[in-house]
Amino acid sequence: MPKHDTPMLDQLESGPWPSFVTDIKRQAAKNEACWDILGQLELSYKDKITHWKHGGIVGVFGYGGGIVGRYSDVAKKFPGVAHFHTVRVNQPSSKFYSSKILRQICDIWERRGSGMTNMHGSTGDLVLLGTFTEQLEEIFYELTHDVGVDLGGSGGNLRTPSCCLGKARCEWSCYDTQAACHDITMTYQDELHRPAFPYKFKIKFSGCPNDCVAAIARSDLAVIGNWKDDIRIDQAAVKGYINGEFPANGGSYSGRDWGAFDIKAEVLDLCPTGCMWMEGDTLKIDDAECTRCMHCINVMPRALRPGVEQGATILIGAKAPILDGAQIATMIVPFIKMDPENDFEELKDIIEKCWDWWMEEGKNRERIGESIQRIGLPTFLKVMEVEPLPQHVKEPRSNPYVFWKEEEVPGGFERDLAEFRKRNPM
Amino acid sequence: MGYDPQNPMKDRITDIGPPHYEQFFPPVIKENYGKWLYHEILEPGVLKHVSETGAECYTVRIGSARLISTSLINDYCDMADKHCDGYLRFTTRNNVEFMVDSADKVQALVDDCNAHGMMPVGGTGAGVTNIVHTQGWVHCHTPATDASGVVKAVMDELFDYFTSMTLPAQVRVALACCLNMCGAVHCSDIAILGVHRKPPLIDNDTITSVCELPLAIAACPLGAIKPAKGVNSKGEEVKSVTVNVDRCMFCGNCYTMCPSMPLADPEGDGIAILVGGKISNSRSAPKFSKLVIPFLPNNPPRWPETVEAVKNILEVYAKDAMKYERVGEWAERIGWEKFFEKCNIPFTDKSIDDYRLAYDTWRTTTQFKFTSHIK
Ligand code: HEM
Ligand code: HEM
Ligand code: HEM
Ligand code: SF4
Ligand code: SF4
Ligand code: SF4
Ligand code: SF4
Repeated sequence: MPKHDTPMLDQLESGPWPSFVTDIKRQAAKNEACWDILGQLELSYKDKITHWKHGGIVGVFGYGGGIVGRYSDVAKKFPGVAHFHTVRVNQPSSKFYSSKILRQICDIWERRGSGMTNMHGSTGDLVLLGTFTEQLEEIFYELTHDVGVDLGGSGGNLRTPSCCLGKARCEWSCYDTQAACHDITMTYQDELHRPAFPYKFKIKFSGCPNDCVAAIARSDLAVIGNWKDDIRIDQAAVKGYINGEFPANGGSYSGRDWGAFDIKAEVLDLCPTGCMWMEGDTLKIDDAECTRCMHCINVMPRALRPGVEQGATILIGAKAPILDGAQIATMIVPFIKMDPENDFEELKDIIEKCWDWWMEEGKNRERIGESIQRIGLPTFLKVMEVEPLPQHVKEPRSNPYVFWKEEEVPGGFERDLAEFRKRNPM
Repeated sequence: MGYDPQNPMKDRITDIGPPHYEQFFPPVIKENYGKWLYHEILEPGVLKHVSETGAECYTVRIGSARLISTSLINDYCDMADKHCDGYLRFTTRNNVEFMVDSADKVQALVDDCNAHGMMPVGGTGAGVTNIVHTQGWVHCHTPATDASGVVKAVMDELFDYFTSMTLPAQVRVALACCLNMCGAVHCSDIAILGVHRKPPLIDNDTITSVCELPLAIAACPLGAIKPAKGVNSKGEEVKSVTVNVDRCMFCGNCYTMCPSMPLADPEGDGIAILVGGKISNSRSAPKFSKLVIPFLPNNPPRWPETVEAVKNILEVYAKDAMKYERVGEWAERIGWEKFFEKCNIPFTDKSIDDYRLAYDTWRTTTQFKFTSHIK
């Protein structure tokens, strides 16, 4: 029996998209607390304001994060959500599961929590939504002992890394995103569970510049797959596209009549660098001019593939607007090898250089992207021991306010006014 | 034995990380790892990947509300047990994917998903896929709007685009309930963002005991907060802060740091719409989304103004843009003045940047189009 009237939420049960209201109501038959989730949410719909108190610091012994505490500000009315803490559970790389492990986690959560989840949080965690403080250690104990899974990150630390599905089911992945994500997560468990940073730090792994996990926008350190040599062309398959045997873009556009495939209009003319042309019915690419944007490969997946000399580009500093404005990540290292055999040594070297510098220089609650802006990209490149390259900029600076170091200027900065006045009297 | 509160460090297991991903691979994925040659989208929601070994993997993608119950997860598990040897996965946009290794297993799976009622098949190719979203009034303390409700209302209206591939390119819609922007709002084709419009209140009864004042002061992007003496409800003088309301743009970051500076408000709060962001490097570089509608009211439970605005932009874009063109590429090609004209969105001073690097966004050329805006 519904415990509260929810006339507004009831209206969200109609329509074709899966209704979270219908779902919560069904769960309420098993977990009473769910009626209070709906009750409080209905009140928020009426008042047009949140009814969660500010903040909430809870957790498990040994860790400084992993659980987001939350308390209702109308707990008398909705005792089932008086405490409504969220447990972040570290998801396996690219979120493949067996029904067995999901059922195990569901079983724990039905006994000890609300039975509601987020599959998944934007950072990647499997999010268990809503439980009481006294359950936290019990849940942690069962997760680690019975399921063999740890908490994810929260707070001023390394957050849960995540990755695109990469080589598991995509022909474009230039390195093993899942192995890299897993290795980095395991190597830096301490940094993940015990906050030691000025602020949060996220790492995300995409296999190619399509960036399906949005690393360039949503991680402080983005590892994006890339290649150095030539795009592999299967000329017979190119003809197949021209003859209409294969659908453009794997069929992504099949819902509308866009006319017959036109390789000039749809590929050559849209190449951002104009580095492709046809000689008869042979497709040519001047790979030295290609910026590896993926467009031609996306359009003709059967004919074109990334090169074989593969690795990744490292971009640093993406963040949401607070405080100094949103940032998309800045390209720092054009190409590294991503080798599981040597445990991703080159990547770890980069990560640790970043942290060493930022843990010293970063101000309280300053994302690394902001630290780089404040202190300057030239200084950051020095810290990272990266030679300045034209690739580091979209364009050279236009103002002439250039800093020189004293040692770069003959004679240094120490000068004698008397000497100057000998030649240039007032 | 279970957890012993008398002996909390006993038997404690830590730092084990996530379970290893490989044990969750369906056999066809495990055997063809890194060997995929090409893929095709057979119909909306159904993908086919072909390996150099000749093996094939068929994927059925279904929509999900993200905020889901263990009962529904168990239904997903039943589906995976029945059709997919017990394996399934979740995507970076919170859809669910079921994989089978031969073409003749696909139709039964698709039919079962569609019959369930909570598992709509779609989300591939040039359509609208799931909306990446946040906590809203279901769990967060700083939102200016709800997440789950707005997303449901918008997806109901755009549902036909989830189950078809008729757009000029894929359109990513995202929602964040405050400008912390947990998620993808700053880089999406169409973004729905919760915004406040009133400065924070200052609770002088609690501020001295619950806030670190220097942190609240440092939290303000515009330096609007100054230390000051305040007077509590007993008439006593306390250490507090003042907010220069002329400098405050209602970001709420001071409240994030200091519980005594709440700013949520039923009439003040609502939704802004941003458009034109993208993440992929395909053709053009990644782009930020730009603010085109500064405010729409919170109107639960179905937010009609927001739904209408999103649908309008999507449909004008669908009619006008060229094949492969993302919303941002289209708006930049035709010019933002044309974007506003074609979408019939009133242009206001709120869309003109006045924060730090604002100058770069002003027009420093005589190149512009005469539109209905110039009388
Ligand atoms: C008390 C305040 C906050 C709460 C309760 C909160 C809550 C959350 C939650 C629940 C998530 C998803 C977590 C996950 O997927 O594991 C998240 C992600 C995120 N948060 Fe917050 N957040 C807060 C403050 C902030 C602040 C101050 C910022 C920025 C300055 C911020 C930026 C983000 C971003 C960018 C993401 C998503 C990152 C990604 O897409 O991977 N949040 N937040
Ligand atoms: C005490 C300091 C300065 C003095 C006495 C001074 C004096 C002058 C004078 C006399 C002119 C030439 C006007 C003319 O004869 O046509 C001039 C032009 C100019 N000054 Fe300065 N100036 C000073 C500082 C600066 C500074 C700091 C800047 C820039 C950062 C600057 C930028 C310019 C520019 C851009 C012009 C015009 C040059 C042109 O376009 O031909 N001046 N200044
Ligand atoms: C024009 C071509 C493509 C572009 C620009 C592109 C870009 C993206 C982006 C930006 C996302 C979602 C990230 C986000 O917004 O949060 C995504 C998701 C994804 N993409 Fe692509 N992608 C393209 C083609 C492909 C193709 C052909 C494949 C498969 C071979 C693929 C596999 C995926 C997968 C598996 C996801 C996760 C899907 C989901 O979460 O619903 N992408 N892609
Ligand atoms: S980022 Fe590239 S490699 Fe990874 S899933 Fe997307 S298209 Fe494939
Ligand atoms: S990847 Fe992009 S830049 Fe390179 S040839 Fe193809 S379309 Fe041109
Ligand atoms: S966007 Fe803001 S209100 Fe929404 S979950 Fe993130 S911090 Fe909370
Ligand atoms: S709401 Fe934002 S701008 Fe206003 S005082 Fe607080 S931190 Fe400053």
